[in-house]
Amino acid sequence: MQLALEARHGKALQQRFSQAVVAVCGLGGLGSNIAIALARAGLGKLILIDFDRVDITNLHRQQYKASQIGLYKTEALAENLKEISPYIQLECHSERITEENLEELLRGAEIICEAFDDAEAKAMLTNAVLERLPDAYLVAASGMAGLGSGNAIRSRRITKRFYLCGDGHSQVEEGSGLFAPRVMLCGAQQALLVLRLLAGLEEA
Amino acid sequence: MLKINGESLDLAGKSLAEYLAGTDYDPKRIAVERNGEIVPKALYAETLLADGDSIEIVSFVGGG
Repeated sequence: MQLALEARHGKALQQRFSQAVVAVCGLGGLGSNIAIALARAGLGKLILIDFDRVDITNLHRQQYKASQIGLYKTEALAENLKEISPYIQLECHSERITEENLEELLRGAEIICEAFDDAEAKAMLTNAVLERLPDAYLVAASGMAGLGSGNAIRSRRITKRFYLCGDGHSQVEEGSGLFAPRVMLCGAQQALLVLRLLAGLEEA
Repeated sequence: MLKINGESLDLAGKSLAEYLAGTDYDPKRIAVERNGEIVPKALYAETLLADGDSIEIVSFVGGG
């Protein structure tokens, strides 16, 4: 498997990917897609964090199956990831990330993906990571609801360690929900940024 | 003059907290970058805006 990935990515890059530790905070529409993309790329270890269980209302945009309803998202996603990348290391935490436990849960992660649904939780994680984990990169997301053009889902650098994906304004509200392809585009932008950071392709 | 989210404003001497209080931003949903560094939330009141500052306020919206 490693050789197959080395043949496609080049040996040096694949070795970098296989040594990487990346945290995914929130395993919904963004996080489940980010984790799958990173597992396919042959990342070494993912830290998966979500307190929630798979619900029937998640299946329209999140990478779970009807047979997984009721499982913790961490468990369900771990099953799916192991079928894609059997040798990936997974560290699962089925609990809510708070200002108190965040440093412990994210220990060892060089890149942290913010993939929450709630705006206040997004801001909390962003501020806490940037204030308290000075060596980590944060790749966050804001604005991917509705059926606006996918071309508006972009990624940009806010600070040296803080990247933001999304259109910046499309929020979930009455009559404007989340649609799989637009959420996937945003999650894909986040996963691609992770790979670009690991490859040293982003501005230092 | 200083820039906030690309707009030139004459706010030198005001604190970041004072500026935010006069806007529609929800303090629980934002992160503030000033000249390439995040401003810790606890320091909004004592962070004085200065001429030449470049500030970006990221206001998160729900969905994920």
